[in-house]
Amino acid sequence: MNQGIYTVKSNRALNGSYYEMRLQGDTSSVTAPGQFINIKLDGFFLRRPISLCDWDGQSLTILYKVVGAGTEVMAELRPGQTLDVLCGLGNGFQTGGSERMPLLLGGGAGIAPLYGLAKALLRQGKQPAAILAFNTAAEIFYSREFEALGLPVRVATADGSAGIKGFVTDALAGVDYDYFYTCGPMPMYRAIERSVTTSGQYSFEERMGCGFGACMGCSCMTKNGSKRVCKDGPVFLREEIIW
Amino acid sequence: MVDTRVVLNGVTLDNPVIPASGTFGYGHEFAELYDINCLGTFSFKGTTLSPRFGNPTPRIAECTGGMINAVGLQNPGVAKVISEELPRLRTYFHKPVVANVSGFSVGEYAETCRLLDACPEVGWLEVNVSCPNVHGGGMGFGTSPEMAAAVTRAVKAVTTKPVWLKLTPNVTDIVSIAKACEDAGADGISLINTLLGMRIDLKTRKPVIANKMGGLSGSAVKPIALRMVYQVYEAVKVPVIGMGGVSSAEDVLEMMLAGATAVQVGAANLVNPFACRDIIKKLPCVMEKYGVEKLTDIIGGAHNG
Repeated sequence: MNQGIYTVKSNRALNGSYYEMRLQGDTSSVTAPGQFINIKLDGFFLRRPISLCDWDGQSLTILYKVVGAGTEVMAELRPGQTLDVLCGLGNGFQTGGSERMPLLLGGGAGIAPLYGLAKALLRQGKQPAAILAFNTAAEIFYSREFEALGLPVRVATADGSAGIKGFVTDALAGVDYDYFYTCGPMPMYRAIERSVTTSGQYSFEERMGCGFGACMGCSCMTKNGSKRVCKDGPVFLREEIIW
Repeated sequence: MVDTRVVLNGVTLDNPVIPASGTFGYGHEFAELYDINCLGTFSFKGTTLSPRFGNPTPRIAECTGGMINAVGLQNPGVAKVISEELPRLRTYFHKPVVANVSGFSVGEYAETCRLLDACPEVGWLEVNVSCPNVHGGGMGFGTSPEMAAAVTRAVKAVTTKPVWLKLTPNVTDIVSIAKACEDAGADGISLINTLLGMRIDLKTRKPVIANKMGGLSGSAVKPIALRMVYQVYEAVKVPVIGMGGVSSAEDVLEMMLAGATAVQVGAANLVNPFACRDIIKKLPCVMEKYGVEKLTDIIGGAHNG
């Protein structure tokens, strides 16, 4: 983890509710996709934890949904403005396994960390595929960016307005995979847990105080005892999760 | 050169800055970020006789100028603290530490303190009779002078280390409770713990925190903390350890003028993990700005005249 002042390079609406922000600054503490950053915003006491979508040597990308007062302020930020950021937080996705055909299952804002994960898996010579699930066609984002990486992408919408009608699990039919990675809302996780047949990793979300393991605000119980979502997670192995 | 040293129960601290219990774990997460030996000392995570997972989540809610927490004294239990946390602590912290202790009966407080009394790493025992987040314990002991005194006597009987009682602000007369603790043998009074508060989510129309209520901390509580430190300083002779909304070197001076011999920093650590280091760095400069040569000279300074 490092603390630094990051400069907004771009901040654009992807559609009516999702935004993409690029920040320039130190990314040396980022070690894995699925990690997150914690952003200090003027006028708010606690930071905003947002998962990393992508990063390179000098910049990082986050995707976020405007859901409250904090993300409303984020949506108003303009290029050149600066932010106090804690970077490289949490334990991200583990990608060193022997799987060849990992499946990425993303729902809504949970799609963000799967983009950096897809790039990491492709770099390892694996053949990932992605299922990206949205409520409706108007909320679809980043499906083209995933396709541009060169992996098969299926889109599902709950209302059937685009792609396969239904939830992420309704798009599983006929997909060959030997491992899965997922990030999305809890109802989606319960459906995935009933449907998948392999090992995998889930990324969890919880209201956080600090984001770096000090306050015990985001604890969860696992088969290996109490864990902090922010420091020991947010990614946990399927085998250790208590549902 | 200004002098930032203060003396607490005969032990000289390099400076009065002490990370508050519950915001600093057992120091490990912060020792990864900076050399925490720059601290006066720190107060470790509230420890109980048995391990505790704490309350269900969400445990955290934000509010204007602060935050509400209902962690519920999650800790590994005193045995594991002694067998695992303190040996690890020794590798990165070389000053006596403040052991923060909570309990659910007078006997439990005493037993936990007795076990920690044997640990050379522990310089002080800070007995938390003020946790607002657990039923049947914590705050229940700190809202009555008699109960607070009973805990104080029981702990003093099993330790030779200095004992501070950490008091809750959720009372009508904090002075009477502080005096009862002093009369029962307390070697210091630390205050304030968090103020009981809550938030409600407009979308769900339900409390944000699973436990419904929690403890409010952060800048918003500083005026209340200053007022209570000021009142307690006038009533007791033992040192007062002041806390509540402190996030800057200026806040440290203000708390000392109210009567604090040392100052704890809580919620600020969660927003800025380097908060205490930064405060300690800026302290000499801020002292010079306000004409303070020796920090001990200003303790209770606001009471003069």
